[in-house]
Amino acid sequence: MAEIKAPAARPLSPHLQIYRPMLTMMMSIVHRITGFGLYFGTVILAWWFLAAASGPNGYAKFSWFAGSIIGRLILFGYTWALIHHMLGGIRHLIWDTGRGFGPNEREWLAAANLIGSIAITVLLWIVGLLAMGGSR
Amino acid sequence: MSTAPAKHIRTPLARVRGLGAARSGTGHFWRQRLTAVANIPLTIAAVIIVITLLGRNQATAAQVLGSPLVAIIVLLFIASTTAHMKIGMQVIIEDYVHDETAKLVLIMANAFFCIGVALVSAYGILKLSFGV
Repeated sequence: MAEIKAPAARPLSPHLQIYRPMLTMMMSIVHRITGFGLYFGTVILAWWFLAAASGPNGYAKFSWFAGSIIGRLILFGYTWALIHHMLGGIRHLIWDTGRGFGPNEREWLAAANLIGSIAITVLLWIVGLLAMGGSR
Repeated sequence: MSTAPAKHIRTPLARVRGLGAARSGTGHFWRQRLTAVANIPLTIAAVIIVITLLGRNQATAAQVLGSPLVAIIVLLFIASTTAHMKIGMQVIIEDYVHDETAKLVLIMANAFFCIGVALVSAYGILKLSFGV
């Protein structure tokens, strides 16, 4: 009778770990990770809207969280993820038109995505902290 | 084979052609782009709204978030982003979860989460807008 043999050790198709990390590839992975993070971050946004609707006590609880060190770290990360995902999305929309696939263009777009996201995030936080200081 | 009267003269093959394994054609692709484009101005507006409300008390936040223009922008932002993230998370699930049962459960949970976040957020904004 036929015996069930162990499957032959066939070569597998190469996956992520076999490639040298490249900027375009890293920005593609980060686009997915930031999208994943933003997904769960919307809970904070929903909490903010509900807190504003619930009254001063509920809003004070949210404000305490948002002003705490952990809260600020999360919100800083959320800001960066949002901006990075938005710039990455614009990059995808450019690609959808068939443009931006050349060797130099795609490297430039990937670098602009990363540098732009960090610069805009820092700028937004400077503006935000100044706005907060001004309202006191 | 079928005795039901034909509603159209296209052959079954012609009707499914181009719809692919998901049977919905390019619907997801198109809606992902549609919401992506909408998200750009709506996110910029939402960021400006958040910055103007930083450090303000509940009364100010309630007044601004409930004012007609801001409330409508925020509601559009909620609708567009939650639709976008539902499609995006479904793509992630379909890429990495290959067990059919787990995949269906997660896709369902994804829909529940996105609709839940959308309705909770919209409820907060509408409550402020209508002052109830």
